[in-house]
Amino acid sequence: MSDTRGVGSGLGDDDALVVALRRVVDPKRVLVSAFEKALYAKDASALSPTEPGVVVLPVSTDEVQAIVRIANDHGRAITPRGSGTGLAGGAVPLERPVVIVTSKMNRVLEVDVDERTAWVEPGVLNLDLSRAVAEHGLHYAPDPSSQQVCSIGGNVGTNAGGPHCLAHGVTSAHTIAIEVVLPDGSVCVLGNDDAGYDLRGIFVGSEGTMGIVTKVCVRLMVNPPAIRTLLADFTSIRDASAAVSAVIASGTLPAALEMMDANCIKAVEPWAKAGLPLDAEAVLLIEIEGVPEGIEPSVAEIRDRCLSSGARTVRVASSAEERALLWKARKSAFGAIANIKPDYYLHDAVVPRSRLVDVMESVIEIAARHDIIVLNVFHAGDGNLHPLLVFDGREPGVLDRVHQAGDEIVRACVAAGGTLSGEHGIGLEKKDLMPLVMTEAELAHQVLVRTVFDPHGRCNPTKVLPAGATCGELRRVPEGAWV
Amino acid sequence: MGVVEYPALAERVASPSVYQFVEAVGMEVPVRVVGAKTQWNIGRRAEYQRTDIRELRAPDGVVDVQPSELIVRVGAGTPVADVNVALAEVGLQCPLDPLSPEATVGGVLSVGHSGVRRLRQGHLRDTVLEALYVSADGVLRRAGAPVVKNVTGFDLPRLLVGSIGTLGLLAEVVLRCGPIPAVRGWWRADGVDPWLVRRSVFRPSSILWNGTCTWVQLEGSHAEVHAEVQSLAGGPWEQCEGPAVPSERSTIDAGLAKRLRTEEPTAVFGATVGEWLAEIGAGIVHGVTIAAPPLAAPVLNLNRRMKDAFDPTGRLNPGVLPW
Repeated sequence: MSDTRGVGSGLGDDDALVVALRRVVDPKRVLVSAFEKALYAKDASALSPTEPGVVVLPVSTDEVQAIVRIANDHGRAITPRGSGTGLAGGAVPLERPVVIVTSKMNRVLEVDVDERTAWVEPGVLNLDLSRAVAEHGLHYAPDPSSQQVCSIGGNVGTNAGGPHCLAHGVTSAHTIAIEVVLPDGSVCVLGNDDAGYDLRGIFVGSEGTMGIVTKVCVRLMVNPPAIRTLLADFTSIRDASAAVSAVIASGTLPAALEMMDANCIKAVEPWAKAGLPLDAEAVLLIEIEGVPEGIEPSVAEIRDRCLSSGARTVRVASSAEERALLWKARKSAFGAIANIKPDYYLHDAVVPRSRLVDVMESVIEIAARHDIIVLNVFHAGDGNLHPLLVFDGREPGVLDRVHQAGDEIVRACVAAGGTLSGEHGIGLEKKDLMPLVMTEAELAHQVLVRTVFDPHGRCNPTKVLPAGATCGELRRVPEGAWV
Repeated sequence: MGVVEYPALAERVASPSVYQFVEAVGMEVPVRVVGAKTQWNIGRRAEYQRTDIRELRAPDGVVDVQPSELIVRVGAGTPVADVNVALAEVGLQCPLDPLSPEATVGGVLSVGHSGVRRLRQGHLRDTVLEALYVSADGVLRRAGAPVVKNVTGFDLPRLLVGSIGTLGLLAEVVLRCGPIPAVRGWWRADGVDPWLVRRSVFRPSSILWNGTCTWVQLEGSHAEVHAEVQSLAGGPWEQCEGPAVPSERSTIDAGLAKRLRTEEPTAVFGATVGEWLAEIGAGIVHGVTIAAPPLAAPVLNLNRRMKDAFDPTGRLNPGVLPW
């Protein structure tokens, strides 16, 4: 269908490419040494590093545009990259591409306090954005666990989530408009509510396959005047899951509703010292937002629902410090596992909330069968599971078992009516699993959308869609790319 | 690599009425889907006349309400009023909020305009979790999934909302719902700055303003709404019916919205402006027609290519384009 012969064939052309790039971008920001390029050879996924062709760190839309045009002239693919915290391999540079890193485009350009919007550059870090608007009593709601280091541009690329997306929605719901450089090098703003298709909506979450985000207009939310954080502990996952359903069915939708299982509690508590009960099988961390005079009845209602579902105790954080400590325990779970084993593989899948219990039991059974330790810490309110498989990669054969267990977990989620990813994306990691949830005809429409934006397959090639679902412009992950 | 069909996929079955709809759409003749025609002229090219278009209705009926998942599955031809009744039986609501009560789910989504509760309930397009649609080649496809969070592939439901039936024809959708609050009501006050009001209240559903009077819609628990009413800036605030919302509707940018605070509406909207009503914080004004600026060339190009890719023969809703 599309002519992609130029892509990836220019292995010997790096010199000419670099010369051209250094003409438009400060040479110090065009990285060519093996040492520097190695820093951009992978993201936070478990996929093998692959060497980029050239790495460029632009500081403006004009520079991004020039880089994209030069890459096109040299028949080279491009791979957009934010902070590289992605967990699905979306930023792994395949086909020796020009990697365009947006981390130096990190200015908050304009904050409109009345309209509660801000235009920001893609390299602004998620948490820095909330800090920048805090003086106005505003914040940016999506809060991935990596929010101290992940960037808004990367969040747009993956349609990132986070614990507080339960009530307020994921990145797409907070992205009003985006300025993008399209794969053909043209620049435009997507995000006009009343004219044309919702191209903004299709671009958000496209994992760098439709162009590069150079500015983002985000929706800001007012800081809640009152917050209550509850910790409910349970002696069985079944009870905790029942409590999730009971809370969801109440009149109050919490801002966040997170679950940690026993393995996770045991890993986190000695380090975080948040007072998590070490003998619990599961805890729920529930956050409610509201106005001071109106919040207590909702807290009481949710506490009652937890207790009647079998909670042993329900503790309400009594201070901002205690609340921060509980969230620290939740968000640092992935740091704490280093105390158990040196390596981990974090999964991401979504199931209907009512199937949480069954799927959790399957996950635990699958991990036990493959002799892998599994920790579960996840967005229970959304049905968004994050089984965390921990292992020591030096043990012979362990990688095969991890891979096998992960594959079975994803299949169990899909069999329960769920889907492949709730917030990490497909990237390279899950693209070959796409036929689990989409028919051939549905995959063809996915290809169609991508081709509209990138007819020559030059933007982040081989990501998201499985090989074979297309007319040949998408290729397979190289052999051995796994782990 | 061959594409393998797994059991979960193969077992997917739609309602019989969906298959009848697929049959009716067929593969060749020009087709369009008719709802209640409450927003029939949106996107319609006046110059385009054609009499050979097959008119269809989308499947009608609430298929399944799942309170534990906070979702509802409905035929796209179902009147919104029917959905509201089915949801209310289990204490749920879905903020489709059309201005005309007889509007159908598919009609509301195809046009894509959010209701006036957008400040609290979010954008209409974010209510769609899954869409079954029939494409120009007569094939039934699914976009999205019946779960509240999903980044599996490209976000096609977003593209279908607001596409006025020009990319695919909605057959059945799964919508995100929420609990019906204990209290939902309107309060009004004269002569207050609506932006000041917005800053004084935590999570209102609507703030509407016609230049003199401000209306605030609040929903939540008794305690919550009571506290919010107490905090409203200015006043006195009295509980009331919601204002009549003119169906005419324009998007205004932040600059124009700001001018409304200091300039006469006739200076902002033009001398002919009559009854108007602004949705504060949503960038919408009702009762006013402001021509949208033409799309930039690359955006227009993408729109055209999208239409051509999904509907190469132009058989889906001919004479209508969303730009």
